[in-house]
Amino acid sequence: MSEDAGEHITAIETPVYLKYNFTAGQATTRFLQQVRQGKLVGQRRPECDCGNVYVPARGSCAACGLPTTEEVELGDKATVQSFTIVWIPIPNNPIQPPYIVANLVPDGANISFIHLMSECDNDSVHIGQRVEAVWKPEEEWDYAMDNIRYFRPLDEPDVPIEMIGKVPLAGWEGEA
Amino acid sequence: MQYAAVTGIGQTQYKARRGDVSIAGLVHEAARNALDDAGLDWNDIEAVIIGKAPDMFEGVIMPEIYLADALGCDGKPMLRVHTAGSVGGSTALVAASHVQSGAFRRVLTVTFEKQSESNAMWALSNPQPFSPHLNAGAGGYFAPIMREYIRRSGAPRDTGIKVAVKDRLHGARNPLNHLQMPDISMQEVEDSPMLWDPIRFLESCPSSDGACAMVIADEGLANDGPRPPVWIRGGAMRSEPTMYAGRDEVNPQAGRDCVADVYAQAGIDNPRKQLDCAEVYVPFSWYEPMWLENLGFAEEGEGWRLTMEGATSLDEGGDIPWNCSGGVLCSNPIGASGMIRFAEAARQVRGDAGEHQVDGARTALGHAYGGGAQFYAMWVVSTDKS
Ligand SMILES: [Zn+2]
Repeated sequence: MSEDAGEHITAIETPVYLKYNFTAGQATTRFLQQVRQGKLVGQRRPECDCGNVYVPARGSCAACGLPTTEEVELGDKATVQSFTIVWIPIPNNPIQPPYIVANLVPDGANISFIHLMSECDNDSVHIGQRVEAVWKPEEEWDYAMDNIRYFRPLDEPDVPIEMIGKVPLAGWEGEA
Repeated sequence: MQYAAVTGIGQTQYKARRGDVSIAGLVHEAARNALDDAGLDWNDIEAVIIGKAPDMFEGVIMPEIYLADALGCDGKPMLRVHTAGSVGGSTALVAASHVQSGAFRRVLTVTFEKQSESNAMWALSNPQPFSPHLNAGAGGYFAPIMREYIRRSGAPRDTGIKVAVKDRLHGARNPLNHLQMPDISMQEVEDSPMLWDPIRFLESCPSSDGACAMVIADEGLANDGPRPPVWIRGGAMRSEPTMYAGRDEVNPQAGRDCVADVYAQAGIDNPRKQLDCAEVYVPFSWYEPMWLENLGFAEEGEGWRLTMEGATSLDEGGDIPWNCSGGVLCSNPIGASGMIRFAEAARQVRGDAGEHQVDGARTALGHAYGGGAQFYAMWVVSTDKS
């Protein structure tokens, strides 16, 4: 390098902007239409032996790869399958750490999704805990899972480990 | 299937930021080191198999287009492999299969990540309408799975801390590593900030720049170089959906199937006894006990005992040292991390792993996983051809 070659260039900022138009497809469209109405609806493939109910449905039963054609209404209640307490902020998200991101299985479904838990003591959140959805006001509903503001604890007995992911729509009242 | 062997290995220095080279310079450096190691030049290579993790990690879309010249691909086939974090492993296996099939006699394979050029932690945490915007990076995804492992196994809380210390002490023996922490202590890890409970800062992998390359050749060319050939005794890949009802995320079926396949090819029925060491993808400390079980080194629920007893520690004289190189917890250029595991397994077998060499190692496992712990790539390498 000659003496007048100047400073070695190690970083020139060149932002990349990405705008994505999400095509929901048939199954997710049906799911989002219901969420827009304030309802959580799962889907299953009635011909499948497993009978597993998926939410949010992404189009097919993962066991056989065929379309989930039947809607199954789910409740606002769910069970904590697992969770993490997050101590770092998410960029462009106003939520302040520490916050709980939980893997929740809604009653009547056989798979978890992640959502926020609030109105709870972070140290007392636990696997098997019962929670319910707190929806935003109706005028704020859109085609988005953010229509549910968060889930809050319910005063119900814990679901035993082996029952997590199998609680029916009728709910969990404790051991029979 | 033809025999195939690793005849050259090249790595770069792993650092938080390699501001001295472009992406092209970085991959060229690893490739040149591998060629030198194999005693070869660009014209000796018939095809180039390249891999990296998602393009969003640098914001450079299809970088292989502009890397063709830096890797001497003019007039040769070039192929990119992409399986998220496991890509370093699957790229090596795709390269090996090009030789095992007889399609080519000698190929170069290269993987890289230059994470300092963008924001790898958040690159994949974009909002999706069917999910609330709570994707808090890879740690946020994997933390609940580790929590479930701790519940199931009853593992003591400091198991993760022990792995974090053990891999950094191993890593201090390896001058290529990004993190050099020869004086790390259990207390220091425990006192480091909690990021995604139960994962602390020092129980997490760093974000690194780096590249790794290998030359793979057929039986007839395997002994042409200055180094002893490292024979590929088995290679396997498996995948499974991110989400399905009843999926065991702690001990995924695809991982169990993949390792059963690779052990069967290599004639291994007791991995703890028959393997001399393993380089396993452990980006968060708790994945060591989890993978000890998934890969058959311990019964389900018992993996943490091996960790706590020191069985996986070089410094404690363990019988099955894991990640002697320091592993992903010391250097994590994501796209290359899997190939570094594969290459470090090969270095152990060659007997030239320097300060982190396992005495007399003859057979080793290289492992990588990626996506939502849904893509697996593994190989077993040995001093012996069969
Ligand atoms: Zn099905």
